[in-house]
Amino acid sequence: MKTNHVISMKEVVKNFPIGGGFFTALNNVTIDFKEGEFTGLVGPSGSGKTTLLNIIGSLDTPSQGEAIVLGKAIQTLSAKQSAALRNVNIGFIFQSYNLLPVYTVYENVEFALLLQKKSATERRKMVMDALEWVGLTDKEKSRPSQLSGGESQRVAIARAMVKRPPIVLADEPSANLDAANSHHILKTMLKLNQELKTTFIFATHDEKVMHYLTRIVHLRDGQIDSITTKDN
Amino acid sequence: MLLIKTAFKNIIGSGKRTWLNVTVLSLTLVIMVAYAGTNDGFVEEARRETREWEIREGQLWHPEYDRFDIFTLQDAHGVIPDELAPCVQSGASVPILVLQGSMFPKGRLQNVLLKGIPVSQTALALPSWEIVPDGSGDIPAIIGKRMAKSADMTTGDRVMLRWRDHNGVFDARQIVIVHIFDSKVPAVDGGQIWFNLDDLYEMSGMAGQATYFVQTRDCLVMSDVAGWHFKDLKFLMKDIDIMEQTARMEGVIIFVILLSIALLAVYDTQVLSIFRRQKEIGTYVALGMTPRTVTWLFTLEGTTYSILAALVSFVWGAPLLALYASYGIPIPGSDDYGIAMGDVLVPVFKVSSILITFGVVALFSALVSYLPARKIARQNMVLALKGKIH
Repeated sequence: MKTNHVISMKEVVKNFPIGGGFFTALNNVTIDFKEGEFTGLVGPSGSGKTTLLNIIGSLDTPSQGEAIVLGKAIQTLSAKQSAALRNVNIGFIFQSYNLLPVYTVYENVEFALLLQKKSATERRKMVMDALEWVGLTDKEKSRPSQLSGGESQRVAIARAMVKRPPIVLADEPSANLDAANSHHILKTMLKLNQELKTTFIFATHDEKVMHYLTRIVHLRDGQIDSITTKDN
Repeated sequence: MLLIKTAFKNIIGSGKRTWLNVTVLSLTLVIMVAYAGTNDGFVEEARRETREWEIREGQLWHPEYDRFDIFTLQDAHGVIPDELAPCVQSGASVPILVLQGSMFPKGRLQNVLLKGIPVSQTALALPSWEIVPDGSGDIPAIIGKRMAKSADMTTGDRVMLRWRDHNGVFDARQIVIVHIFDSKVPAVDGGQIWFNLDDLYEMSGMAGQATYFVQTRDCLVMSDVAGWHFKDLKFLMKDIDIMEQTARMEGVIIFVILLSIALLAVYDTQVLSIFRRQKEIGTYVALGMTPRTVTWLFTLEGTTYSILAALVSFVWGAPLLALYASYGIPIPGSDDYGIAMGDVLVPVFKVSSILITFGVVALFSALVSYLPARKIARQNMVLALKGKIH
C-alpha cells in the first residue's frame, strides 16, 4: 500500500562526542511525517528537536537508525547528494533569519534558484511570487540591515518557499519576534501550507507557534514523549 | 559563474576591508611592474648601446687577443684572412687594430689603447668619420667624453703619444684631438684613442692587419675562420647577462617582501572572514551548496582581491608608468658606473613581465585564500548556522 509519508525516521540515534564520552541527543526516535503536515517538535532545550530537524534537513546524519526523506536515506547520501536534496526539496527558516547581508531582499530570495540554474525570467517570476506571498514586494531592493525583525523573517520564509519545496523546516522561527510579528509570519506559513501543500516542521517551545500546529511531537531527553494531534 | 558573481558581490560588500587589501596588492603590483620595467629598460639599453657601439652581431678575434690582458696586444694582430676580405671591403665587417701606448697630457704619463678603425665604416655608431686631419700635420684622433674627462683634454688639444711599432721599437708623434664623442658604452671610451686605421697602419707598420673584426648581419662569417675565433653575443655580453641576473634576483627579493606583506593582509582577512561569517557559510550549505563549493567561493573571494587590484592598478598605475616610460629618471654620474648606461634611465614595460607579475600575485592570492578556506569543508554546519564555532 502506498503511503504519503514524506519523512520516515526509524530508530534514529544521534550521539555527539563530549569530552571522553558521548551525549545522546536522539535515542531511538521513530516517527513519520505526512505530506502537507503543519507539525511542531516541542520540548525543552536539549530535548533533541533541533537535532531531529537537522537530520531531516540532511545537515546532519544519524549515528544509528534510518532517516528517509522523500525516499532518500539521509545516512547514505554524499555531500553532493544532500546538497541537491536541500537545494531542491527543503526550505530552511532560522531563528536569526540568516539572510546574506550583502544581498538585497530580492537577491536573498533568488539565491536558491540561481543554484538550481533557473532562467532569469523564471527566477524573476518565482521571486516576485514569493515576495508577494509574504507581502514584501515593495522591499525587494532593501538590504537585510534595513529591515525589521518581522520583515527579515518574512524574507527568510520567502527564501525557503521560493523554490516551492515539499518540506520546510523552521527552527524557532518566532524566537526573536514580538507577538504581532510572530502571528503574522505563522499565518503566512499556514496559508502557504494550505495553498501549496508544503510540509512544515517546526522546532519550537513557543506557545504562539503551538497554537497553529496540527500535530505536536513532544520530545524529552532525546525521545518522543507524546504526540498530540488537533484539528484546526 | 554564480560563484564568481557571489564572490565579487561579497568582497565589494565587505567595504573597507576589501579596499585595504586591494590597495596593498595594487601597490605591490605597480611597484613590481615599475621595478621590472626599470631593470628591463636598463638591460635593454645596455644591450642595444653595446651592440651599436662595440659588437654588432659578434666579433672575430685574433687567436692571441684577450681583451682583459693588455700584454697580449703585442702579438694579437694578423693579416686580414682571405675569407673575410669581401666583407671588409663591403663594410660588412669592420677591422679594428689595437695597440698599447702611452700619452703625456700636461706632462703626465697615461697608458692608453690605440685603436684603428676605417673612417668610412658605418656599421658601428662610433663616429669614425670625424677622424679627419686638421691641416697641422699632427695625427688626427677622437676620444670619448670619459677619456676627455680623465685626461683633461678637449677638442683641438694636442698631446705627445708613444707606442711600439711592429718591430717592438718605440716611436712617438704628436696627435690632435679632432672630436670628442658621447657614448654610453665605457668599453669604447675609457683609456682609448681612436685613429684612422690607415694612420695606425702607418704608425705601426702593420698594414693590412687587425686585432679583431666587428661582424654585421651582412657578413655571413659567423664562426671561426682561418684560426680567428668567433665570439658571439652571448660571450661578448656576458657581463650584461650577469648584471641582468643580479638585478632580477634583487627584484625577486623585493617582490617576495612586498608580496608577503600584501598576502598577509589577504590571509588575515580570510581567517577573520571565515570566523565572522560562520552563519553565512552555514546558510550557503542550507541553501544547497556543498561545503567544498563554499570553500571555493571563499578562495575565489581572496583571488578576486588580486583581480580588483589589477583593475585598480591599471587605473592609477598605467598613467603613472606611462609618464615614467616617457620621461624616465635621471641617473646622476652614470658615466662612472662602468656599464653602458645613459643619463636618463627609461624603463621598458614588457607585456610578458606585467602578465607574469599579475599571474604570480593572483596565484599566491588564491593560495593564501584557499589555505584558511579549507577549514570550511571540515566545519560542523549545524554549529556554523548558529555561529557557534569557536
